[in-house]
Amino acid sequence: MLNRRAVLAHGAAFGGLAGLSSMLPAWARSGSRGVLPTLPTLSGRDIALEIGHTSFTTGGRTGRAISINGTIPAPLLRLREGETCRIAVTNTLEEDTSIHWHGFLIPFQMDGVPGVSFPGIRPRETFVYELPIRQSGTFWYHSHSGLQEQVGHYGPIIIDPATPDPVAYDREHVLVLSDWSFMAPEQIIVQLKQEQGHFNRNNLTVAGLFSGDPAQNMSIEERVKWTKMRMDPTDISDVTGAIYTYLVNGHGPAENWTGLFRPGERVRLRVINASAMTVFQVRIPGLKMTVVSADGENVRPVAVDEFQISVAETYDVIVQPKEDRAYTVVSEAVDRSGMGRATLAPRMGMSAAVPPLRPRPILGMDDMGMPDMGGMGSGGTSGMNHGSAGGGSMAGMGHGATGGGGSMSGMNQAAMRARGSMSATSGGAMRGGGGSMAGMSSGGMGAGSMAGMSGSGPKGGGGAMTGMGGGMDMNMRDPANVPPNVEVGPGMDMIAPDPQDRTGHPGLGLKDVGHKVLTYRDLVSLKPNRDRRRPTRTLEINLTGNMNRFMWSLDGRKFSDGVEPIRFARNERVRVTMVNNSMMQHPMHIHGHFMELVNGHPGHHPLKHTINVLPGSKVTFDITADNPGDWAFHCHLLLHMHAGMFNVVTVRPLDREPA
Amino acid sequence: MTALRIVLLTTAATFPVLTLAQQMDPSMPMPGMEAPAKTVSTAARPPRGKGGMGAGPSSADPHAGHDMGDTGGMAGMGGAQREMPNAPSPPAALSGPAHAADLFYAPSVMAAAREDLRAEQGDLKAYRVLVDRLETQFQRGRDGYRWDLQGWYGGDIDKLWIKSEGNGAYGGKLGRAEVQALWSRAITPWFDLQAGVRHDFRPNPQRTHAVLGLQGLVPYSYNTEAALFLSNKGELTARVNADYDLLITQRLILQPRVEANFSAQNIRELGIGSGLSTIELGLRLRYEFIPEFAPYVGVEYERSVGTTASYARASGQGPDSVRYLVGLRSWF
Repeated sequence: MLNRRAVLAHGAAFGGLAGLSSMLPAWARSGSRGVLPTLPTLSGRDIALEIGHTSFTTGGRTGRAISINGTIPAPLLRLREGETCRIAVTNTLEEDTSIHWHGFLIPFQMDGVPGVSFPGIRPRETFVYELPIRQSGTFWYHSHSGLQEQVGHYGPIIIDPATPDPVAYDREHVLVLSDWSFMAPEQIIVQLKQEQGHFNRNNLTVAGLFSGDPAQNMSIEERVKWTKMRMDPTDISDVTGAIYTYLVNGHGPAENWTGLFRPGERVRLRVINASAMTVFQVRIPGLKMTVVSADGENVRPVAVDEFQISVAETYDVIVQPKEDRAYTVVSEAVDRSGMGRATLAPRMGMSAAVPPLRPRPILGMDDMGMPDMGGMGSGGTSGMNHGSAGGGSMAGMGHGATGGGGSMSGMNQAAMRARGSMSATSGGAMRGGGGSMAGMSSGGMGAGSMAGMSGSGPKGGGGAMTGMGGGMDMNMRDPANVPPNVEVGPGMDMIAPDPQDRTGHPGLGLKDVGHKVLTYRDLVSLKPNRDRRRPTRTLEINLTGNMNRFMWSLDGRKFSDGVEPIRFARNERVRVTMVNNSMMQHPMHIHGHFMELVNGHPGHHPLKHTINVLPGSKVTFDITADNPGDWAFHCHLLLHMHAGMFNVVTVRPLDREPA
Repeated sequence: MTALRIVLLTTAATFPVLTLAQQMDPSMPMPGMEAPAKTVSTAARPPRGKGGMGAGPSSADPHAGHDMGDTGGMAGMGGAQREMPNAPSPPAALSGPAHAADLFYAPSVMAAAREDLRAEQGDLKAYRVLVDRLETQFQRGRDGYRWDLQGWYGGDIDKLWIKSEGNGAYGGKLGRAEVQALWSRAITPWFDLQAGVRHDFRPNPQRTHAVLGLQGLVPYSYNTEAALFLSNKGELTARVNADYDLLITQRLILQPRVEANFSAQNIRELGIGSGLSTIELGLRLRYEFIPEFAPYVGVEYERSVGTTASYARASGQGPDSVRYLVGLRSWF
């Protein structure tokens, strides 16, 4: 059932009167008084959605978009736990479309992934989803067809609990964070294939050596080491503010979406990262935020000043602004190339100071899957030990020695497995960066490069880093460091030698910000975990890629290569470790199930539908495969998925076997 | 002799790489291959590429890894002795239909949708046209021009790669003009093996060459090309070049570049002597208004070596020259 304001908005859009605000659903309009339980947007047991082309305007510029019911973001769906909801989706596009209900525990044939759960919704066709709702919290929905999600095909969902909500609040606002580009996503991915780091406008430069800019703070020696590895310590995000406008509820920073409150109220902010490629770091200067829910599931309240929200995650926080003043909600892109901005205020028209962008973080050794020795990267983290790495001795020794073992609880920093070893020698003489003609003297160059290539041949990639002048002596691409089922080919430019559990890490660039930032280890499920069985099987899934070629895969194989699915027996309990062999973070999402994030709170592991795996790190989760059918499992960075970082999870036997 | 050695080196470098390319043919995934345990060294790893569905000797004991006692850390107790990931799925996981959605939708419709999905997640074809050097060369006596273009189309592994370069004097005749058509295959994360043909429209008489080369990124992030050319007249030559982008600022980029040409024999009619024939050192400073559009200025030094230099002197030219450059680098 559409409510009256939404109907008006819809009508206005089709009546050609579409100003900016009429393209937004009522709850996303600036000056929103909030989404009160008594004022749903689209709710009930029968909902109709229509997917079509529209235009979208931000920053004074208008582009082509795909919207649902004429709005970006799509209408807020307010559902109720315990009910079965019928949602009729009509496709008015000239191409197939779909809606995936992100995080929903529903029968697989309603999950909305073309080619896995159903064939997709053809043009001019209506598909009726029947969703038995057996959970509550903040979720979202989006297209799983092509790259439609990037151009506006996403919206928020609130499911009200059947039992009283343990979270008390006086008012709630939904904050849908997203990234908008006027460049077509098909073009964006081609440009990424054409040139690595194409959208990075904050590279290390020579001028930066003298600028005092913290984002440039890396010595010549270390810069040379990175170029030797053919890696870029500033490659934080593939797509950046160079082409993105970061939106909050469909509003750009200048349009300043504003949510109202009365001083003293407890305001629940339901934050959804619906962006295609952007990890956000969210804070409200002047306000503590109490995280009460992650990915729709309640957690023990934890007070923070900032939290990182990876793509497709949701967090609910409670804020209690006591003063009669405005507060700025900052959602800064992880690479600090831009920010989304919104305002919480007692009255319309108010605004607060907007903090400047912070310096772009620089990747360090822990992002390469090596114990951080404080040497590389100016992140300058301390306190890491690599004691379990088997003596930290000579190169080539101790590869694959599994003596580390270590607790899987994730509570200590000990490496779970020794994936190589370190040898720190004093820095050799490194010449200044190859800029000079002298450094490239004639004939030797030819011979030298040939020799280098011949060396790389038999090893399949020349990743050997032995002999680096600066003192690292670790093979960054040793196939012995991954299980033999991993395809170590051109699509894999790095194998993390010693990936660490970094669930205690707040996120790139957040280690030294001087205030409390949420980490995965702070998340403790409010309810005890239902399935207390020990897993009967372990599975290692390697997140793999090649930054230079923009290839992304699981276990070294793109989905398009024709991969074997990940097969679970029904009700099987499996412990899965995801190892990130790349210097990018990957928000890994499984459909139809929650993952119990193994973060040191056994019995109360938080349930997540999307787990962000930091660069060069590993994350373990337990899963009970209790939802039969076929499910997608993929990186939720849309272009990583599109590049091949996708697989199907099967759960058998099914309820209904073939006749 | 030096040159010959280098040519031999090129060949030596190419052959293992060819072997590797065959070994790494990804057409046969190895879904069933299970890890008995972490292997201790590369040498101890089971052979790849032959196991197929785990039927080979490498599939090891299927029950290896079943014992979960080892992973005692489960409940946060620590003390795991060995890690045994990727034990096989229990038999129940293999029961039922291959594709669950086939129970709800026509299997033929689902098969088509699955194929679309497969192609959509990773099978993208991309392209690039790079005008690397399009420049005017100011040089004592004769100002000229040069182009150096590359374009490719294809997937992540296999591409069609076209290259063209040439030069000439303004108001004079075209000095050199060549086009290469290559099949380019990714054989390592950073290198493509390239094979195909090159045709020289100038100088006369025209020649056609078979080409075998490598192109990619060497450590220290130099863009490098190295190729062997075997002409229809039986001459073997080689060319190696490398360049590096040094970012002065986000937009101002200094690019040193080196190119060396080699020949296995004297080619008198082209003025090429055996060994290292010419060496070219360039320095270009470009300004990227956008990454796709970057005008530059530069300087280049070229020198003929050995017999090639003798040929040059004999034809009344100096063995070396300095040029000043104004040009454009652009891509789309």
